[in-house]
Amino acid sequence: MKMTGAQIVIETLIEQGVDTVFGYPGGSVTNLYDELYRYQDKIHHYLTCHEQGAAHSADAYARVTGKPGVCIATSGPGATNLVTGIATAYLDSSPVVAITGNVTQPLIGKDSFQEVDIAGVTLPITKHNYIVKDIEKLADTIREAFSIAISGRPGPVLVDIPKDIQLASTEFVSKPRVTKAAGAPFSEESIKAAIELIKDSERPYIYAGGGVVTSEATKELLEFAEKVDAPIGLSMMGLTAVPGSNPRNLGMTGMHGKYAASKAMSDSDLIIAVGTRFSDRATGSKPEFIRGKRFLHIDIDPAEIGKNIPACVSVIGDVREVLSSLNALLPKMSRGEWAEEIEAIKRSPKSQPKPSDGGITPKSVIEAVRRYTKDDDVVATDVGQHQMWTCLFYDFGNPRTFVTSGGLGTMGFGMGAAMGSCIGRGGKRTVLFTGDGSFHMNMNELATAVTNRLPLVIVLMNNGVLGMVRQWQTLFFEKRYSNTVLNRKTDFVKLAEAFGAEGLRVSEPGDLAPALEKAFSSDGPVLIDVKINCDEMVLPFIPPGGTINDIILEG
Amino acid sequence: MANSKFILSILVNNESGVLTRVSSLFSRRGFNIDSLSVGETENPLISRITISAKGDEYTKEQLEKQLMKLHDVITVELMDMENTVTRELMMVKVKFKKGELTELMSAISVFRAKVIDLASNTATLELTGQSSKVDAFIEFLAPYGIIELCRTGVTAIGRGDYILKSGN
Repeated sequence: MKMTGAQIVIETLIEQGVDTVFGYPGGSVTNLYDELYRYQDKIHHYLTCHEQGAAHSADAYARVTGKPGVCIATSGPGATNLVTGIATAYLDSSPVVAITGNVTQPLIGKDSFQEVDIAGVTLPITKHNYIVKDIEKLADTIREAFSIAISGRPGPVLVDIPKDIQLASTEFVSKPRVTKAAGAPFSEESIKAAIELIKDSERPYIYAGGGVVTSEATKELLEFAEKVDAPIGLSMMGLTAVPGSNPRNLGMTGMHGKYAASKAMSDSDLIIAVGTRFSDRATGSKPEFIRGKRFLHIDIDPAEIGKNIPACVSVIGDVREVLSSLNALLPKMSRGEWAEEIEAIKRSPKSQPKPSDGGITPKSVIEAVRRYTKDDDVVATDVGQHQMWTCLFYDFGNPRTFVTSGGLGTMGFGMGAAMGSCIGRGGKRTVLFTGDGSFHMNMNELATAVTNRLPLVIVLMNNGVLGMVRQWQTLFFEKRYSNTVLNRKTDFVKLAEAFGAEGLRVSEPGDLAPALEKAFSSDGPVLIDVKINCDEMVLPFIPPGGTINDIILEG
Repeated sequence: MANSKFILSILVNNESGVLTRVSSLFSRRGFNIDSLSVGETENPLISRITISAKGDEYTKEQLEKQLMKLHDVITVELMDMENTVTRELMMVKVKFKKGELTELMSAISVFRAKVIDLASNTATLELTGQSSKVDAFIEFLAPYGIIELCRTGVTAIGRGDYILKSGN
């Protein structure tokens, strides 16, 4: 059937199973939006307040569903507004397909109105990108973009479509939905070597990351941990890889990880890294981190092997498939002494949380929220102290229920992320933990949440400061609080109401329960402004480049 | 770890922007390029990029793996230098005074260079060879006064059965 390029874009999206897109119209995508109008019964377009919100929503949608998220923006500023969102998705390996319009081809390269070389701009933050210059290649390019986004280690792909391509016509023939490209099979030798290494170890430690969540390998990982008889520590991206309640789960490791998780990692003789990349935030001092240890690295991306940590043995492949192969061959092991050591670490006073003084603390707020959420409810965060507190104190349930900007650390991620999560889960209630700093960055999206009546519970930890940087200033800059004390007069309750949302304030410990009760029974967005002490720190804290011996446990 | 010179031969899809993807990967990951040459292969759909660089084992391994992640890259080969022939082409314009031409001509013959243009007081020469030979020739010509110089960068090909595969 003969169709215009704009129609082909929409038809191809439908063919790829897309029924939800996030975006913002503009001059170079008017034809595309005209088609979205015609196809509104097949594709729901969520109009955000800013393209960044659309990109974060598409990213979060992908993270909670496992399906690619799609965002659309016009040329120039529309496209550049996507950039932070695309980079966030890239660093956290999230499959996003970003579609941008561009000026007509004769105007490209002339500094035309709203022209920007978005393919050039996004080159280092996409798995791949395209400028479509031939209408005949349009449909296949979009198909290829989906295939690249979901195959191997997932990531964002951008397709830039000049306006004349959207206007041109050609025959369109529908094709089946693309599937993940099969990777090279991992070698039997590498599996054998891995088993030898595990047998050789006295104190193995499983370090699981986002790859476990992406490949949906929770069951295989837990079976593996039982067979190897090893504790599990998690990277931030891997926090939902294993339920918080599992006794093998020691929680997050790294700079703001739990004492037990970091200590056991440090005491181990073999680190079995599963779908994780040893970010600097996770390792601290590299030479100290690797001292006296061996590494078994399992990852789908061969370039991660040896990039940050030299691996003794590596198995390259989908972690679920690799773990299944290992589980089939591994005997059930028992390491009494190591297990006792782990128990001792867990019982150590250093592992115990600070006793509550009865006031409103981040921990008490997060634990109170958890009483209202089920294991399958999604929690999103912005970036900063509240994010780390969520990592430390939220008892995570099912995989794909935690949406946070791990690699890029994008303040302003939260609102778009919470919306995309909520929509991805079919409008289920979603919690956003945010801070007053982060929330100020993209609070405009409150309007989107209200328009679409998204049941978001926005828990804003309001300490009036940029707490994470301020914490560094407290510890390393002799309390010179340069530009971290906000002195803003924003009334978040009035603000929420101005947007048409509900606003609640929690100033006393007694306010918390009624506020949560109300928020969790509302069917639209509710913002809870929770006043917390600005001197509250994220602890434990292993300073950058430090080791477990440098850990700060008390403020 | 010791830094050594190495050559990467890369087969890529012959499409616009591919060279940018490859070269920007070097700068993005903090690796330097000494020379780069590129051209179409016997298959017009495929180009071959030859990159000469310096680095330790970590650098080489990371470059190979990171390059392989680029969608348009088909093959990456860290060339086995014992089985590889390398060449570089240089064009150089030198000054000469009356009476110097004979001496210059004999050097040209020794280096197996070619005169591609001759004016009353300048000669434009072409030389093909390994980079070390090109360097030696530049050193020899320097006292005459080099006016202009350009070199293509190294290109490399394996001997005999040492062939880069572009197909599946």
